[in-house]
Amino acid sequence: MFETLILILDSTVRLSTPLLLACLAGLYSERSGIVDIGLEGKMLGAAFAAGAVAYITANAWIGLLAGIAVSVGLGLLHGFASITNRGNQIVSGVAINFLAAGLTALLGQTWFRQGGRTPPLPEGGRFREIVWPFAEEIREVPVIGPIYSELLSAHNILVYIAFLAVPITWWVLFRTRFGLRLRAVGENPAAVDTAGISVTWLRYRAVIACGILCGVAGSYLSIAQSSGFIREMTAGKGFIALAALIFAKWKPANAMFACLLFGFLDATAIRLQGQAIPGIGEIPVQFFQALPYILTVILLAGFIGKAIPPKAAGVPYLKERS
Amino acid sequence: MSETPAIELRKINKSFGPVHANKDIDLVVKKGSIHGIIGENGAGKSTLMSILYGFYNADDGDILVDGRTVTISDSKHAIALGIGMVHQHFMLVDNFSVLENVVLGAEDSGLLAGGLARAKRELKRLEEEYELRVDPEALIQDLPVGLQQRVEILKALYRSAEVLILDEPTGVLTPAEADHLFKILNVLKDEGKTILLITHKLREIMAVTDTVSVMRRGEMVATRETAGTTMEELAELMVGRSVLLRVDKKPAEPGAPVLEVENLTVTDKRGVQAVKDVSFTVRAGEIVGIAGVSGNGQSELLETLAGIRKATSGKLKINGETIDLGASTLDAADMRDKNMGHVPEDRHRMGLINSFAEYENSILGYHRDPAYSKGLLMDLAVIRKNAVAEIEKYDIRPPNPMLKTASFSGGNQQKIVLAREIERDPQVLLVGQPTRGVDIGAIEFIHRRLVELRDAGKGILLVSVELDEIRGLSDRVLVMFDGRIVGERGADADEGDLGLLMAGVDDTHSAPAEGGVQ
Repeated sequence: MFETLILILDSTVRLSTPLLLACLAGLYSERSGIVDIGLEGKMLGAAFAAGAVAYITANAWIGLLAGIAVSVGLGLLHGFASITNRGNQIVSGVAINFLAAGLTALLGQTWFRQGGRTPPLPEGGRFREIVWPFAEEIREVPVIGPIYSELLSAHNILVYIAFLAVPITWWVLFRTRFGLRLRAVGENPAAVDTAGISVTWLRYRAVIACGILCGVAGSYLSIAQSSGFIREMTAGKGFIALAALIFAKWKPANAMFACLLFGFLDATAIRLQGQAIPGIGEIPVQFFQALPYILTVILLAGFIGKAIPPKAAGVPYLKERS
Repeated sequence: MSETPAIELRKINKSFGPVHANKDIDLVVKKGSIHGIIGENGAGKSTLMSILYGFYNADDGDILVDGRTVTISDSKHAIALGIGMVHQHFMLVDNFSVLENVVLGAEDSGLLAGGLARAKRELKRLEEEYELRVDPEALIQDLPVGLQQRVEILKALYRSAEVLILDEPTGVLTPAEADHLFKILNVLKDEGKTILLITHKLREIMAVTDTVSVMRRGEMVATRETAGTTMEELAELMVGRSVLLRVDKKPAEPGAPVLEVENLTVTDKRGVQAVKDVSFTVRAGEIVGIAGVSGNGQSELLETLAGIRKATSGKLKINGETIDLGASTLDAADMRDKNMGHVPEDRHRMGLINSFAEYENSILGYHRDPAYSKGLLMDLAVIRKNAVAEIEKYDIRPPNPMLKTASFSGGNQQKIVLAREIERDPQVLLVGQPTRGVDIGAIEFIHRRLVELRDAGKGILLVSVELDEIRGLSDRVLVMFDGRIVGERGADADEGDLGLLMAGVDDTHSAPAEGGVQ
């Protein structure tokens, strides 16, 4: 029983990682007032770029950089549409999702001719698990052993980066000048403007930060969790991350817990697939897949506290003409 | 020889598309003085100040600060030159603390801790020097507007502003808060700061400024020493013709009650009682004014009577019919059917659909009237004829019923609403903020119309936060505070007396009313 739990938790961590990275990415963007429904597309683009470049170079780090570059590029496109040209942020985000879905499939097929996949990664093209010291030695110690060697040890570097990004994001947001301005511009851009700060540059920086984290999230899927890119491999993770962001009320620590919860649901679903639970019977896997959305809707309906988005989120900033 | 002026503007021009908002503006502001700039809405005051604060860039002209020609291309430059601005709509982040708001944009370094600590010390110093007390840890959203404004002033002082621009600072304040603000301004002046006060309220200009400049239609028409001018002269300069500042009316001859409200209680969305056990009567041929600082239940009262908001309990007698408001399902259309007109407080949100043409707006709420329809279709000919008649009668400009109401000025928009409601010949007219954002000339017109309606034997319930308007129009004044009616005064109510009531001090019982005073 305990071992089963450890196994579920272990896979919770793995499944939560891309959600967490994307969720924090969205947090930077939305805290600055730019709604980003294009998390999904950016992740997908990054996953493809990372998979392709890591295959060619046989270097996971170069793959990661390529993933980040593509994601930041898409982020800047979103910024150009919604910050510079004050377009509708939802429309721009949706367009990016379509663009990424179409382009990755098309380029994947054109370049590699494997039905939109990238070929399996060569040695060095994938981020490997990092085994912590003495993991093998204390594996047999009851309770602590499995926790240390299964749950904490033996993840790839991106997992640790994702969880480290939580306190770092909190620190950036609440302890630095950039964070103060970022939060301010998402609440009242006019206050930022009249304080002599460029709203445009500030929001672009937020969109770039979002792109970087999304890039890591996408790369994780293709060159850490799996060994190569497959079509539509994000499978709605960007949207779940967005749901987690609302669920977390745009706060970093909450974001981690929300993503862990959603990851846990996913892990449980996989674990329970095809298994009958005594007294209930078999629970369809779709039920678990739908749960994150159902929980978010319940939250939005006001049953669990209240999720108040940054006040200026989604509203293009225009100096008002008196 | 006089010293160099703090600010000098030479031949400033600014256009927004076809609108020439500032034409060849010259302005000299003496160091250490309070300089008022007065003008109607749309006269170009705010545009001029926004240019000075770097929010807009002038098309041409020179700006001199301390005798040196400068270019102010954004607010950052203005701040660096020692110019601070307190905007009409506060530029504060609601869910930030006072300290965070003060520090925003002047953080000292990449990490916040140092800047916040310095700001805390500096706020303490400013508090002692200028008596500007405010809790640095409080969140803006928890502060009353008077204190929020104080934070705006502190923000400017923290950035070592020498010139402080205040844009319509008293619009949101109680008379007592406004007096306090003027005291603060005088302290700042004594400390050598220069203050530019933008307002459309003549009373404030007379009360606090040393010099006053008048703007009209984008031009600077005059500058006077305040001591050597009068309200009448300034009003005339503002409007370009002589205006009647006082409302000219005969004593009321009240008849039978037309609207009786008994024990009305209204609970708002948050579950807070906004109107508490309110009872009053409006008679035919009288104007009953409801005075009070914005947010003390007047809006809710008005909306409930108009049928827009649901009451918790209470009775309403209108034209002899008694309605149990707690149980009724009457909506705004039903109330109109009972011969009650409603000029809502916010014409943009409730009175007009600004993307609709004038003639369409002229029947809004009365569109079900069979007079305006032919079977299932609107009878456009009748509606337009009707609109043209109203335009003529109310001098609505431009006189074009096909124009979207968005393209009319505030005063003309308000006239459109007023014409629509008055011309349906209501027995009772509910009026909210009839002259908010309306220029002096139109105010005079609107006031005259309301008095005429009263003289025609109709009952009017007037809600306004402008004390002058309440005193000028009302035959009886009821003061609302914290959802209750805390006092009633006659037509000759004393301003100070009303001010105390509005602040919740009930002088007849010589004890603070519930809620207390701050």
